[in-house]
Amino acid sequence: MTDSKYFTTNKKGEIFELKAELNNEKKEKRKEAVKKVIAAMTVGKDVSSLFPDVVNCMQTDNLELKKLVYLYLMNYAKSQPDMAIMAVNSFVKDCEDPNPLIRALAVRTMGCIRVDKITEYLCEPLRKCLKDEDPYVRKTAAVCVAKLHDINAQMVEDQGFLDSLRDLIADSNPMVVANAVAALSEISESHPNSNLLDLNPQNINKLLTALNECTEWGQIFILDCLSNYNPKDEREAQSICERVTPRLSHANSAVVLSAVKVLMKFLELLPKDSDYYNTLLKKLSPPLVTLLSGEPEVQYVALRNINLIVQKRPEILKQEIKVFFVKYNDPIYVKLEKLDIMIRLASQANIAQVLAELKEYATEVDVDFVRKAVRAIGRCAIKVEQSAERCVSTLLDLIQTKVNYVVQEAIVVIRDIFRKYPNKYESIIATLCENLDSLDEPDARAAMIWIVGEYAERIDNADELLESFLEGFHDESTQVQLTLLTAIVKLFLKKPSETQELVQQVLSLATQDSDNPDLRDRGYIYWRLLSTDPVTAKEVVLSEKPLISEETDLIEPTLLDELICHIGSLASVYHKPPSAFVEGSHGVHRKHLPVQHSRSFEWAASLLLVSGPAAAMDQPHVIPSQGDLLGDLLNLDLGPPVNVPQISSMQMGAVDLLGGGLDSLVSLNTHILLLMKAKGLEISGTFSRRQGHMYMDMTFTNKALQHMTDFAVQFNKNSFGMIPTSPLPVHTPLMPSQTIEVSLPINTIGPVMKMDPLNNLQVAVKNNIDVFYFSVLIPLNIFFVEDGKMERQVFLATWKDIPNENELQYQIKECHLNADTVSGKLQGNNIFTIAKRNVEGQDMLYQSLKLTNGIWILAELRIQPGNPNYTLSLKCRAPEVSQYVYQTYDSVLKT
Amino acid sequence: MIGGLFIYNHKGEVLISRVYRDDIGRNAVDAFRVNVIHARQQVRSPVTNIARTSFLHVKRSNIWLAAATKQNVNATMVFEFLYKMCDVMAAYFGKISEENVKNNFVLIYELLDEILDFGYPQNSETGALKTFITQQGIKSQASYLISKNQPNVVYCGTHGFLFVFLWSCFVLQHHTKEEQSQITSQVTGQIGWRREGIKYRRNELFLDVLESVNLLMSPQGQVLSAHVSGRVVMKSYLSGMPECKFGMNDKIVIDKQGKGGGSEDVAKSGKQSIAIDDCTFHQCVRLSKFDTERSISFIPPDGDYELMRYRTTKDIILPFRVIPLVREVGRTRLEVKVVIKSNFKSSLLAQKIEVRIPTPLTTSGVQLICMKGKAKYKASENAIVWKVKRMAGMKESQISAEIELLPTNDKKKWARPPISMNFEVPFAPSGLKVRYLKVFEPKLNYSDHDVIKWVRYIGRSGIYETRC
Repeated sequence: MTDSKYFTTNKKGEIFELKAELNNEKKEKRKEAVKKVIAAMTVGKDVSSLFPDVVNCMQTDNLELKKLVYLYLMNYAKSQPDMAIMAVNSFVKDCEDPNPLIRALAVRTMGCIRVDKITEYLCEPLRKCLKDEDPYVRKTAAVCVAKLHDINAQMVEDQGFLDSLRDLIADSNPMVVANAVAALSEISESHPNSNLLDLNPQNINKLLTALNECTEWGQIFILDCLSNYNPKDEREAQSICERVTPRLSHANSAVVLSAVKVLMKFLELLPKDSDYYNTLLKKLSPPLVTLLSGEPEVQYVALRNINLIVQKRPEILKQEIKVFFVKYNDPIYVKLEKLDIMIRLASQANIAQVLAELKEYATEVDVDFVRKAVRAIGRCAIKVEQSAERCVSTLLDLIQTKVNYVVQEAIVVIRDIFRKYPNKYESIIATLCENLDSLDEPDARAAMIWIVGEYAERIDNADELLESFLEGFHDESTQVQLTLLTAIVKLFLKKPSETQELVQQVLSLATQDSDNPDLRDRGYIYWRLLSTDPVTAKEVVLSEKPLISEETDLIEPTLLDELICHIGSLASVYHKPPSAFVEGSHGVHRKHLPVQHSRSFEWAASLLLVSGPAAAMDQPHVIPSQGDLLGDLLNLDLGPPVNVPQISSMQMGAVDLLGGGLDSLVSLNTHILLLMKAKGLEISGTFSRRQGHMYMDMTFTNKALQHMTDFAVQFNKNSFGMIPTSPLPVHTPLMPSQTIEVSLPINTIGPVMKMDPLNNLQVAVKNNIDVFYFSVLIPLNIFFVEDGKMERQVFLATWKDIPNENELQYQIKECHLNADTVSGKLQGNNIFTIAKRNVEGQDMLYQSLKLTNGIWILAELRIQPGNPNYTLSLKCRAPEVSQYVYQTYDSVLKT
Repeated sequence: MIGGLFIYNHKGEVLISRVYRDDIGRNAVDAFRVNVIHARQQVRSPVTNIARTSFLHVKRSNIWLAAATKQNVNATMVFEFLYKMCDVMAAYFGKISEENVKNNFVLIYELLDEILDFGYPQNSETGALKTFITQQGIKSQASYLISKNQPNVVYCGTHGFLFVFLWSCFVLQHHTKEEQSQITSQVTGQIGWRREGIKYRRNELFLDVLESVNLLMSPQGQVLSAHVSGRVVMKSYLSGMPECKFGMNDKIVIDKQGKGGGSEDVAKSGKQSIAIDDCTFHQCVRLSKFDTERSISFIPPDGDYELMRYRTTKDIILPFRVIPLVREVGRTRLEVKVVIKSNFKSSLLAQKIEVRIPTPLTTSGVQLICMKGKAKYKASENAIVWKVKRMAGMKESQISAEIELLPTNDKKKWARPPISMNFEVPFAPSGLKVRYLKVFEPKLNYSDHDVIKWVRYIGRSGIYETRC
């Protein structure tokens, strides 16, 4: 009497036969027939035409048959809404059944019949079941409210079911509480603004009590719900944490991970120097390690989450690197994730062990894994300087294996090692060149070409090598073409005599024979540079490049914070915010970490708004591609090449290149300050910054009757160490009613004393009549240096690194500019836009600037269309300057 | 939450399909088959996103279980649920195979209806489910016959004689009203894993401490890394609703008692206590009590369950030491000598000992001499496998091998993979000792002394490697 036979009937006329059987007089026969129908349904056959016959079997005492009919109903009611009404009566009747199992079954199935028409008939039975004496019925009814809400939200609200659901949070039975919480959480996701769950301390207390008593699944619902609560102060946060920590020992890893989520969120609220904070951190590590002894799928989810946790709070697992060593039998997805975490945890202390492991992995079978292991060796070299030499020799060993993909991967990472430690390991170039022929992947070819170009002067046959690539130029990928172009130009600038022909060849290939816009543009730039002024060209192309940063592929801090709020969920597996993969209203509501100070709360919220889908997709590259520098040049929209020779250094800001920067100078001049007026001497003036130097531009007017001579100027000690670099350039006597303009060069190498306000400068001017003292507030933008543009990766890392307490938020009111104008104006003042994103219609500008004293300020400017008030968030290690930076923003944007 | 749940056979045919939400359509079923089951490549992730639908899957033998969703579900919970579902099915009809799934599809639908409501997992404890989903699982023909002739549970006690226990079946087709409310209160109650009214003629408890010891040792005998992952597995056949308390030589507990009690305690047991790095418990254990008092108290489920898992890294007893000696004689010969020393009480016996010595790929011939057991060169595995059935403690044995190599001009040296070992020993390498397991059932008239308790320790090798 096995059931598998039902799967095998597939002869013609089957439906007809089934119909007959369903109407058979014998109960047993009918049951058999329904089983066949269900089996057919499972395999995907359309048996909806049997609807009336199956529903006929519904009136039965046999529970098993009833359940089968219900199963059928749930599947086909939607396609036969009119027929489905036939079933309503039976549900209503069953909801009154003395047997609680039957009442629950009815209310459960009812919710699954997703036909709008019949929902209204279900309200009364549901209302009764929500107040049923039996907890089993109540817990089923609670979920039914969520089902009904999914079909007809309005009706659920009108009928007051949400209130009934809220009442169930206070139910005496923990499982009822848990299901009510699950239902409310789901419903509230589609009403982001309503305070449906009404999480107040009393309710939280109820949930915490139920937490100890309900099933493992219920515990997960409750913990996930708790993680959305924002405790009002650290005391409340701590007391919740204390009651959640025991869950870390639960055998169900989902309970553990949800508890970790709550703790990670509430840790934000605890003072970092408290004992409890540190104990809690210590308690988090063992359960995370234990998750790795679970089944592979859970290990995978755990590892994806640990990847986030390690980025957010590296201290938790820094001692545990060994547990991430790969085991031979691990599934490939576990291996790849472990590798990622190993690199994140690699440090000087454990690097020897890590390298030994990585070397083992590089000999495994799985190609992806081996590649990643090789890449990891390169990342170790870049991350831990002391290990670089050992990494390089390991990579050389691997190249000797001649395994094709290993060699190619190794060459790519060696290129990056060169970029991090220039002029250190070039001796190995010869070995690399031996493998030239075996490289068939664009990445590896481009890397090799870059190396040859960069070190052309040390490679005797560099021209031959590059020439060999040139033969199939048009068959190469764009990446290789671009690199080859640059490499040959470099070669030409280094060895002009022998390579003229080669460079001409490549320039004509790139500009005349190619229709790729990037390639052509870059080709023309080089061509013009070379033909106009080869000396400048050399300075531009061969100038020293900034080193690449160590910590790579970090998740953007705002996104990371959001993902921490989603620990254990799919978002944490994909490392994407839910809005990136969830359709419709669910999950759009963005979560954020709680923030300690209530003032900066708003700021955190706005910060999180940044990390929309765009932010998620646009994850940072591992290492900025070499094209970036040129990319910047292209963006400048250079006019005729006449201007090009003016470029004297790559460091120069855009302002100078455009010969303009006029905007900014004008804007500064409008702030002419009347500095002093006494004893016939009137001084007005302003500060400016030109070509990287600071000037105090002053106008001296003699309103006295006698002439003035012997001018001198002195500054008091000030916050930025400003001193005049030359004596006051007033050499001739100043005649009565004469006006002269002087420009006093200033630098910032003088003695420093903190002033209040910070930008206050006390000046003494002396002449033959008297000594005059005055003080002036310096506009901060004259301290913004030209190389204040941070690299993207550095920016991300720094933003993350600066503690949240240092974030300050300001409003710039009544400003009617678009994002591009704003960035242009700010750039004129050496406030550099690093990235611009459009998140849900808002423009987010990420900017950096650097003061003469080396202080970096990171800014995020949010511009909403139609809203003249911009939000400026500043992050800086010395938060006291933020206020002045804000003033500068305000004045720059308003002029 | 979970939008749909599907079970496929290895060909990708659907055996069970239950859709909970509208956003999961019939095409989702096909999408998973085409993109995952029929994918040429090996599975790269247990989570797959196809056309904005996420599939989370696990595999049991050649059966695929997949949960589909369009929401941001708690992924850990979904996997835990899938594991649990496998456990429940196994408890009803044994091995999860295509035949068994087909034979029990009605039962599976009934179970699914109960344990997953609108995609939210509900009580899934077999003990509770069996009280009201009473269909008997149908095992495949062969195993059905065997199970008729053989007892369901065979148990070997520490004293070496065979214990037999027959599963007691409760078939409650027609519940009385009292029974019904008892069922519902149990399913929703605080002790959802145990039903009331269980009665045994003989109250018995079986406790297994199962450990796997992992080691990575340098050729010089230095421990590079070692840890034990252990499990306490129980079978309890107790009447009523017994309250149990489990005690072991946990360092924290012993130290605490040492402080409170006398120095005598410390002298007696303090030395033998072990430091536990971390442990997790079955949901029956009161976690808050463990957190505050570190005592393990619980009302056990009926039958088999895993009470706890733990991990230790300190003071591990390494049952075997492997001393390798590899000598390269010229370019075409290797001499390998491996000594194994057993490092435990001489009265105990280790079993199923296997030493695996990797050989170079260029091996052309191997000559072996071993003092004990049998050794064989397995060319297909590139290893010498040396098996010893039994070995007492404080003994040593050795194997020597002469390996002939094919001459090659390959400059690259042989990477020398580590020598690995398998064994089973009758003690816990972590040093864990069960101090007590007390049973109280105030309502029934049996006391702790009346319960027959069986304890055994089994230590097995995990990844036990010595570099050479």
